[in-house]
Amino acid sequence: MPTFSSEEVARVAALARIDLTPAELERLAGELEVIVHAVARVSEAVAGLDVPATSHPIPLTNVFREDVVERPLPVADVLAGAPAAEDGRFLVPQILGED
Amino acid sequence: MSVTTDALLPFDEAVARFDPVIGLEVHVELGTLSKMFDGAGTTFGDAPNSLVTPVSLGLPGALPVVNRGAVERGIRLGLALGCEIAQTCRFARKNYFYPDLTKNFQTSQYDEPIAFDGRVEVELEDGTTVAVEIERAHLEEDAGKNTHVGGATGRIHGAEYSLVDYNRAGIPLVEVVTRPILGTGARAPEVARAYVQLLRDLVRALGVSEGRMERGHVRADVNVSLRPSPDAPLGTRTETKNVNSFRSVERAVRHEIQRQAAVLAAGGTVLQETRHWHEESGTTSPGRVKSDADDYRYFPEPDLVPIAPSRAWVEEIRASLPEAPAVRRRRLQADWAFTDAEMRDVVNAGAVELVAATVAAGAAPAAARKWWTGELARTANARGVDVTELPVTPVDVAALQALVTTGRITDTIARQVLEGVLAGEGTPEAVVAARGLEVVSDDGALLEAVDAALAAQPDVAAKIRAGKVQAAGAIVGAVMKATRGRADAARVRALVLERVGS
Amino acid sequence: MTDATLTRRTAGELAALLQAREVSSVEVTQAHLDRIADVDDAVHAFLHVSADEALAAARAVDARRAAGEQLHGLAGVPVAVKDVVVTRGMPTTAGSRILEGWVPPYDATLVERLRAAGLPILGKTNCDEFAMGSSTEHSGYGPTHNPWDLARIPGGSGGGSAAAVAAYEAPLAIGTDTGGSIRQPAAVTGTVGVKPTYGGVSRYGLVALASSLDQAGPVTRTVLDSALLHEVIGGHDPRDSTSLPEPLPGLVAATHAPDVRGLRVGVVRQLSGDGYQPGVRASFEAAVGILAEAGAEVVEVSCPSFEYALSAYYLILPAEASSNLARFDGMRYGLRVEPAEGPVTAERVMAATRGAGFGDEVKRRVILGTYALSAGYYDAYYGTAQKVRTLIQRDFAAAFAQADVLVSPTAPTTAFRLGEKLDDPLAMYLNDVATIPANLAGIPGLSLPSGLSDDGLPVGFQVLAPARADDRLYRVGAFLEAALVERWGGPILAAAPELEVSAR
Repeated sequence: MPTFSSEEVARVAALARIDLTPAELERLAGELEVIVHAVARVSEAVAGLDVPATSHPIPLTNVFREDVVERPLPVADVLAGAPAAEDGRFLVPQILGED
Repeated sequence: MSVTTDALLPFDEAVARFDPVIGLEVHVELGTLSKMFDGAGTTFGDAPNSLVTPVSLGLPGALPVVNRGAVERGIRLGLALGCEIAQTCRFARKNYFYPDLTKNFQTSQYDEPIAFDGRVEVELEDGTTVAVEIERAHLEEDAGKNTHVGGATGRIHGAEYSLVDYNRAGIPLVEVVTRPILGTGARAPEVARAYVQLLRDLVRALGVSEGRMERGHVRADVNVSLRPSPDAPLGTRTETKNVNSFRSVERAVRHEIQRQAAVLAAGGTVLQETRHWHEESGTTSPGRVKSDADDYRYFPEPDLVPIAPSRAWVEEIRASLPEAPAVRRRRLQADWAFTDAEMRDVVNAGAVELVAATVAAGAAPAAARKWWTGELARTANARGVDVTELPVTPVDVAALQALVTTGRITDTIARQVLEGVLAGEGTPEAVVAARGLEVVSDDGALLEAVDAALAAQPDVAAKIRAGKVQAAGAIVGAVMKATRGRADAARVRALVLERVGS
Repeated sequence: MTDATLTRRTAGELAALLQAREVSSVEVTQAHLDRIADVDDAVHAFLHVSADEALAAARAVDARRAAGEQLHGLAGVPVAVKDVVVTRGMPTTAGSRILEGWVPPYDATLVERLRAAGLPILGKTNCDEFAMGSSTEHSGYGPTHNPWDLARIPGGSGGGSAAAVAAYEAPLAIGTDTGGSIRQPAAVTGTVGVKPTYGGVSRYGLVALASSLDQAGPVTRTVLDSALLHEVIGGHDPRDSTSLPEPLPGLVAATHAPDVRGLRVGVVRQLSGDGYQPGVRASFEAAVGILAEAGAEVVEVSCPSFEYALSAYYLILPAEASSNLARFDGMRYGLRVEPAEGPVTAERVMAATRGAGFGDEVKRRVILGTYALSAGYYDAYYGTAQKVRTLIQRDFAAAFAQADVLVSPTAPTTAFRLGEKLDDPLAMYLNDVATIPANLAGIPGLSLPSGLSDDGLPVGFQVLAPARADDRLYRVGAFLEAALVERWGGPILAAAPELEVSAR
């Protein structure tokens, strides 16, 4: 198992889009090291067993809605919480790169 | 963003030295009334952010529910592509941060697509067919639309800020992914184009999408790689994103072949990357490399349950499929008695369905073909639109042709009538009436004009009397001029001869 | 004029008084608003009190009743709602600074049902940020205090709802339970809490923590009150794809003349013993003894995979949470923070906003979850945890072949002191060791007080039933509650110290 260095925390925090202070990086590295070590025990439980994964606690299939239009939110409600808006649209800072 | 000019090898040299391999990932926007996971509408051109519910806005607490109509369309398209339909499949979350994504994950099918392992025959302009294998067709949701404001170029990079409209967020898409298409050589660009065109025709024929290129209903990502020879392993590929017209697909493949060939010929290596397509210059440029680009942290969407389409449902959909476009074309060609060349003209004009509808409205096949591949194709070309987008319907064209056939207007006048229809003046009937273009068939009125012309040109009249019947042409011309072309020339000629002889 | 004794009534009693028109909903609602004003400075159960809306709703119910309309049985009885449940027109923060001031434009399905039934909503209750925690100390707005001892935690994440009910600030409250957030607070505050079968109550409108584990349910002072509230909020919802299609079993009916004769009660070997406070064990064993005396057949069952439940939970939850919480990015609603220096790009604003808006526990879990899903680790962590989940379901299936219900202490200890476990995340996580297996398997669980530990603080008794058999919880719960109350000579909360009323 890899050790949870502060560099590793920084890499994952970047992936999770969370700015961390150097102190937070340091502290989280220590805490996550302990936590990851504890949770990695799951591998003992399934060692040597051929077990399917369960993603949903209660199995259901084919839950659909019909292709029917419903009333949308009023535009004023859509934008009510926006930190910034212009011309009926959300104003966001400049976007670097494309997906 | 400045577009650097890449070195290019001449195309002929590039394909002589390297074997191109292409692949296409095409997103088709499904023509459902409501979105993939919620009941917001999907109409085009509405006020920004007026087609969102808490679900498509990704509000805290909102949950998705799958649109049955989207699944049905996905199965329909999958079947038409010759695919297997999954016994069971799931949605996954593709996690990445981007402002056009309301939840910062896209709900998409990842390792369990609804349809897989298909194959279609793509027909090129000269009638050659190429088999394209379909790896998968999967369902997913579209993202919102960013408009970049400020900055020098209007490209994302220089923008000062962006405005986001989430009307498109959550509209259902099917992404159709081909396996690598091998052995097309110099025809690779043409094959890519023909494949995308076929897909567009197919989704329209199936009724799964309006398939309007200009609205982004069909968007292609174009993969190109080169290898030294057909025996060599596949080379490193680039993925050019969002190529949104048939012509651009062809150009983008051609450009990437030339660019990569130049890189390889100079001893360089092609980078595996996504590239942007520049319509104006016909070139590609590298996309920004993101450190987490490949780490989407997919996991099964816990808010949705698996889809297990019953075989009865799949067979019901299969039974309702229309004829495949290629099969339909062959049948129509036989019905219409067109030569291969004539049929190709119709296909290349994108007018198969228009001709069919015109014939259905009563026109003779040859006449319908003549209009759609002639005057109307030229008009569409001049206007830079698809022939399907002209403001004239097959019913109009059939009505126009009926006016000609019944002798109420002449061929020359018919063009004027069509102009009127295209200008929004109404049906051909209405244009004829409003512009007063009907053939003058009243002999009395024509005789007046004939007499006037004969009187004006007594020398010509004399020549005719003397037996020089061909001289009658000058009088006919004068009468046509006087009636502004609305007379039937043959009838006028008969009247001239009758008048002079009497 | 309000009658302070109204706040001591159960919801069932208040409903009867309202139906008999002996009191009005305005009187009942005002009495609770007054109680909140009196004690909530000390308890801090509420993040938002919606006095005007609650009174307006109460007046509407009174008017409808006066007009002779047929009303829901609980119409007019006020309720408090955990702040992870979205409420139209009422601030919803999920205990996080990142959502400070956000007013949702829509109601959660369960809130629609509360409103439709005519239950005035008193306000939004405090919780650990995004329901991540077992003490409410991770709330972005300060902790809630346990009414039994203000220096102690009220449990978490739903400490606000449990404390509000325990402190008579509300007769009913809504909680959400992802790993014990309804049951563990109920245990440490001497109240009743139920986590329904997964899919039994709609999740539409719950600010999601871990989608495959979250479930909303009732928080009350009696088992009957939980059944009454559960029947209001439960049942199929087409807006939640994981909502169970079948109707709820009769829950209130199960509390009538309950009887445990012949009922097979399984004591889970792995959920007692080491790690459980002696006073907790003693209270639990005494309660099991009462069931046995009443004719229940007590058997011991073994669920060996439970040993790994906590580990699996702390992979599945953070993984799902890391994705569910990705939407909090400062682009569309909530907090937006610009980076202190450097270019202001969307990417950097997202990171700065999340860095400033999320608290320590949220950061810890989101980073853990991101890591568990990231390339190269998925199979070892998330994938394996989902397999453990299968093992736990199999353990439950085997146990329920031997027993009709399973029982255990709800939490290994009574309420600990505020701050005591704040610096030791793993110790904090251990509070949920007995409640987590039910969430992993999707089965229902109930916690009710079984007595006081040797430290004088309440102990919770957990009942678990097979999926969709929530009625069994109420049958056993109602029986045990009646037996215990008879022994105690009154409800356990009567033993709690009276809170000092702050000057108004």
